[in-house]
Amino acid sequence: MIAEAGLEALWLAAALALAQLLFAVVAVRSQPEWSDAVRAVAVLQGLLTLFAFLMLIAVFARTDLSVALVAENSHSAKPLIYKLAGAWGNHEGSMLLWVTVLAMSGATLAAFSRRVVERTLIAALGAQGALALGFHAFLLFASNPFARLSPAPAEGRGLNPLLQDPGLAFHPPTLYVGYVGLSVAFSLAVGALLAGDVDQRLARAMRPWALGAWIFLTLGITAGSYWAYYELGWGGWWFWDPVENASLMPWLAATALLHSVGVLAARGALKAWTMMLAMIAFAMSMVGTFLVRSGILTSVHAFAVDPQRGTFILILLTLYTGLAFALFAWRTASLKEGAPFELVSRESGLVINNLLLCVILGIVFFGTLYPLFAEAATGEKLSVGPPYFDSVAGPIALLLAALVGIGPLLSWRRQSAPFARKLAVPSLAAATVLVTTIILAPDMRLLPRFGLAVATALAIASLLPLTGRNFLRVPLATWGMAVAHFGVAVSLAGMASDSAFTRERLVAAKPGDTLQVGPWSIQLHGLAPTAGPNWTAIEAELRASRGRGVEVLKPQTRYFTDPPTETNEAAILTRLNGQLYTVIGKPTGDGSWQVRLWWKPFVTFIWLGGALIALGGVLALAGRAFKGWRPFRRQERYA
Amino acid sequence: MKPKNQRLLLVALASVALIGAAMLAMWGLRSQAAYFYTPADIAAGKASTDRAMRLGGMVERGSIRQLPDGVTVTFVVEDGGAKTPVLYRGIVPDLFKEGSGVVAEGRLRADGTFVADTILAKHDERYMPPQLGDQAAEHKSGETVRE
Repeated sequence: MIAEAGLEALWLAAALALAQLLFAVVAVRSQPEWSDAVRAVAVLQGLLTLFAFLMLIAVFARTDLSVALVAENSHSAKPLIYKLAGAWGNHEGSMLLWVTVLAMSGATLAAFSRRVVERTLIAALGAQGALALGFHAFLLFASNPFARLSPAPAEGRGLNPLLQDPGLAFHPPTLYVGYVGLSVAFSLAVGALLAGDVDQRLARAMRPWALGAWIFLTLGITAGSYWAYYELGWGGWWFWDPVENASLMPWLAATALLHSVGVLAARGALKAWTMMLAMIAFAMSMVGTFLVRSGILTSVHAFAVDPQRGTFILILLTLYTGLAFALFAWRTASLKEGAPFELVSRESGLVINNLLLCVILGIVFFGTLYPLFAEAATGEKLSVGPPYFDSVAGPIALLLAALVGIGPLLSWRRQSAPFARKLAVPSLAAATVLVTTIILAPDMRLLPRFGLAVATALAIASLLPLTGRNFLRVPLATWGMAVAHFGVAVSLAGMASDSAFTRERLVAAKPGDTLQVGPWSIQLHGLAPTAGPNWTAIEAELRASRGRGVEVLKPQTRYFTDPPTETNEAAILTRLNGQLYTVIGKPTGDGSWQVRLWWKPFVTFIWLGGALIALGGVLALAGRAFKGWRPFRRQERYA
Repeated sequence: MKPKNQRLLLVALASVALIGAAMLAMWGLRSQAAYFYTPADIAAGKASTDRAMRLGGMVERGSIRQLPDGVTVTFVVEDGGAKTPVLYRGIVPDLFKEGSGVVAEGRLRADGTFVADTILAKHDERYMPPQLGDQAAEHKSGETVRE
């Protein structure tokens, strides 16, 4: 019953998405009185999709094995939290979540957006309806999450143990809100181009969506990176895996978008460029969805390869991006000229930021898709990995990080006062770091060496916009910018430190042996069996010390039965200046066990920086929202 | 600057950036992409020894040996005829077994041994690297022809 209710709701929502599109066409072309109907339908469509998603969670909570998806991905002995998270830990469920976020974004836009010109908003809702229609069709025809299984099996097949982790419960939803939140920026751009109304009001309406989606993407990527780091047991935090790139590409585009939408909102410049970026950003979300959901590229995340689904998403992707870019090409010449600015100005700085971000995006995009092109063109099979991305995107990312420190010091329109003096302290600090590392660590590779130098300079430069002002009177948005840019410096420092200073030991050790890694001496005290709700494990006891005090770490090798799988659970000891990362491997047959140890100085800065970047976004968003809460002033401004 | 010139300059800059990115990417891909080889390709001399590559095939039964240090393994990857010895230092993944599919990332040494930095085995029972899937299919068809 529950499953049927969910499916009915989905069909109804799909029909409403079609209605939303058609009503919007009518409203925009001739009869504006249909506008309220468009809004109502958009809200209803969102609520129905949300209802369907809740129904899916309900069948997973009850472990209703007559639903094929539950039987394939769940198990009655699983802890409740993983039963619930299991609802989106598979292809169909995650696509339903995707569509739910899409429909709810449209509903939110319909219900709360008061900033945009009505015609633009209705056209945008029409575009949102068109997007929803395609993805509803994908769910109903190629990925029905509510398909029944008859007869129902006695027990489910379980969830991949790697995915049985608290990180899983929050990681995909966070990422999806980010991915799909960008659809609103896309629809607003389409709406504005159709209605011919690309102005500062549009930018002010688009900014919270770009910023909000970007915050979620930042959090999702940061959390995903940490999840891969501790769950895979490989000691790495970024693998340039196609699925990771699938989330990085929309993030890069969204980062560019939120900077350029800021220029449009504040100064009325970069109109066409911002519309283009809004379209690219969501196009990248769809590319990401296509890469992940088709399983077309070799990836540790890949689900079974399914050409039908891949083709379906590829058609949607081509259709929507093709139409949007055609619209852009058709309407962009009719846009009014934006406000002018000088060569040395904040606007120019942001243009350079945008160009560099787009270059990095292009490099990641080419690298991720190249194996597909190469195989189609020459039949040759190849993979593109860290050596390519590090050596090609790395230096440009460093250049960008260095410029991040300079841009905010420029003034809008034109820079009249000399600002080079402000850069003295950061440059001096960077030079000091360079010289110090050359003397103390001459063997360090170039990328981490310059990474440390740039991180130091940026950490100082990012705080300069706050200096010389009363802290309490600095606008919240400026705080947000400073915190986010400081976060970039922190994250960069963590990456450089991890890459330059990590110490690793891999040995076979007998109980009682003591091993050295970095400043730590670690004794393999013993091994013992242990068990959890749906697994058994061998647990090692490691006693680590560096001078005073002993810390106990317990890495495990876990054996799951449903489905039968082994996983390595790393044990990690976090200190202010780094992490000790320990993994227990396999017995070697002579009483020894493989032990792998890493000492990773300041590695936590990577994710701390990511969190700071997101926090900066939240501050900026809150700053704008607080402004918006003064109704009288706002009316004045828009009157 | 006049708005019109400004727009022109922006378009020019964007084109330069785009072309620059494409050229950088092509250069990087040419020098850094890791090609996928099977032992048969290596036997035929298709693989060069100076660059990163991937080796895919089946782990030959009875070929996994552990070296005395306890953390280095050697094994043989075969694809129904040709064989390539592999040396790997590290903890092998859970699903790494004799007779099952494997993809190794690393470099080919001049003596014909493949030194792996990373070993990828099947991720779960539903996951199969697309390259290996194709390869298995090719084999099946090859066998039919021989019979």
